[in-house]
Amino acid sequence: MSGPALQTQGLTRRFGAFTAVDKVSLSVAAGARHALIGPNGAGKTTFVNLLSGAIPATAGSVALLGEDVTAAPQHARVRRGLARTFQVNQLFAELSPREAVVLAVSERAGAGGTWWRPVSSMPALRREADALLDLVRFPIAGRDGRTGSLAYGRQRLLEIALALAMKPRVLLLDEPAAGVPPAESREVLEAVSALPRDVAVLLIEHDMDLVFRFAERITVLAQGAVLADGEPGAIARDPRVKEAYLGTMEIGHG
Amino acid sequence: MRVLLHAVPWLAAIAAYFLMPERLPLLSSIAIAALFTVSLDLIVGYAGVVTLGQAAFFGAGAYTAGLLAQNGWGEPLSGLLAAAAVAAVLGLVTAPLVLRSGALAGLMVTLGLGLMLYEAANKAAAITGGADGLQGVEVWPVLGVFRFDLYGQTAYLYSLAVLFVLFWLAKLIVASPYGLSLRGINGNPRRAPALGVPVKTRLTVAYALAAAYAGVAGALLAQTTAFVSLDALSFQRSADGLLMLVLGGLGSLYGALIGAAAFTLAHHALSEASPIFWQFWLGIALIALALYGRGGLMGLLRKLMPRGAGS
Ligand SMILES: Nc1ncnc2c1ncn2[C@@H]1O[C@H](COP(=O)(O)OP(=O)(O)O)[C@@H](O)[C@H]1O
Ligand SMILES: [Mg+2]
Repeated sequence: MSGPALQTQGLTRRFGAFTAVDKVSLSVAAGARHALIGPNGAGKTTFVNLLSGAIPATAGSVALLGEDVTAAPQHARVRRGLARTFQVNQLFAELSPREAVVLAVSERAGAGGTWWRPVSSMPALRREADALLDLVRFPIAGRDGRTGSLAYGRQRLLEIALALAMKPRVLLLDEPAAGVPPAESREVLEAVSALPRDVAVLLIEHDMDLVFRFAERITVLAQGAVLADGEPGAIARDPRVKEAYLGTMEIGHG
Repeated sequence: MRVLLHAVPWLAAIAAYFLMPERLPLLSSIAIAALFTVSLDLIVGYAGVVTLGQAAFFGAGAYTAGLLAQNGWGEPLSGLLAAAAVAAVLGLVTAPLVLRSGALAGLMVTLGLGLMLYEAANKAAAITGGADGLQGVEVWPVLGVFRFDLYGQTAYLYSLAVLFVLFWLAKLIVASPYGLSLRGINGNPRRAPALGVPVKTRLTVAYALAAAYAGVAGALLAQTTAFVSLDALSFQRSADGLLMLVLGGLGSLYGALIGAAAFTLAHHALSEASPIFWQFWLGIALIALALYGRGGLMGLLRKLMPRGAGS
């Protein structure tokens, strides 16, 4: 596959008269480290929801690994290699972290419809789940507790582990460090920078230090539309970007 | 130790057979109610789809087995299979309506379907016997050997055996990857599809499975009493099943057994005193459960035995 991993054309979403995402055409290269930034309310999360199929687009198209998936339901896109995390944790409060990752792994492995044998008789699922939790450095001690009682930072790690369990070709991270207290944010950021290189990552993040350390390409969204798109250096110098963030944030550094 | 705990309900059920030989019809009705409650636990407790119309499947199974036996095919096990199949198909056909819209709309649909089926069976008196019930049900001996006797010995052991097999099948299913995916959908319907879970398909299968379980329960009632009345389809039965489930505790399957036994025994004891009395105590029990007893009787047991029998 030489084309882009993910490509949108004129992707649009309206809520009533309000246009949350406005004719966004964006291309994420295979294995990319791509950041999507923009002020609050710019439409970033809505854009991710359109990509993942959580909500239908009003207009435009989404292509995943060269295939049009605009009409495909969420689970079908996941099966074709698109995974995401959520800005606000979407976890399984009553399952343990290990159970949740086992669930994710079993779905990816195509075993989700297996009803004739207990999960406990399928040690490969558990081994892979543990490997994923290791990968995001989720501490061993908390793996069998109730997810709902985990510290927020740990829950963010679990979010990432669940997405990685999909063995995605494209990973959408919607503010992975949002709401994490500073003391715990380092482990989340480390998990993000340690993501496998062959996965194309589209990162939404407000922490500009992280964005400029991580991204090889940056797209700026404002009021639903693409304001700028380019290399981090060019974005940092772009006066329109500075204006969009005016007074809210320092762009770039050094 | 754990194995012993798992054996407790079944040992108790067998002990009851010897200790209460004159109460076998009551014990049979507990076993049947327990199977019906297991069916509700599968769809409500595990899959998280609330229904007020589970009696539709119970009744469909009861009439299927009853009509078969009335029309010359009284072989009980194939009667159960036929009942399961009819109920499952009814479940598959109605699942899209129930699962399509929000939770409240789905609830209304289950209620509506249940009422419709009841009225249809009432009007189709030529087939179902209407309000008089289905007469002339003749069930052959179980496995060609065990005749249904006047004391209800065969009826009880047969019901108990079917409950035992289907209970452990349900245990297997909820412990499987499929069962885990149901718990995932129930726990977070927004996240599940983002993990590649085909939510609609999984819930449709669960709905049909629970329907089949309810159908078998209905068929057991028809075969062991050699009679089917419109009660099998009544809203009261759906509601009682939910009460048993809540009383016993959702999502452990054991709760379904305990709830069905406790409810049926209490109903029996209290309504002998006075029917109004029963409703009154039921009301108090429900309020107490809602306020203090999350997890039902099974939850209480778990607290008493931290390394509990459940799960
Ligand atoms: N379901 C919805 N209904 C109506 N408006 C919405 C909905 N979801 C998002 N919006 C609006 O769309 C805009 C973009 O929101 P969002 O995508 O969450 O922005 P961001 O993630 O960039 O902060 C906001 O003004 C928000 O209020
Ligand atoms: Mg957002």
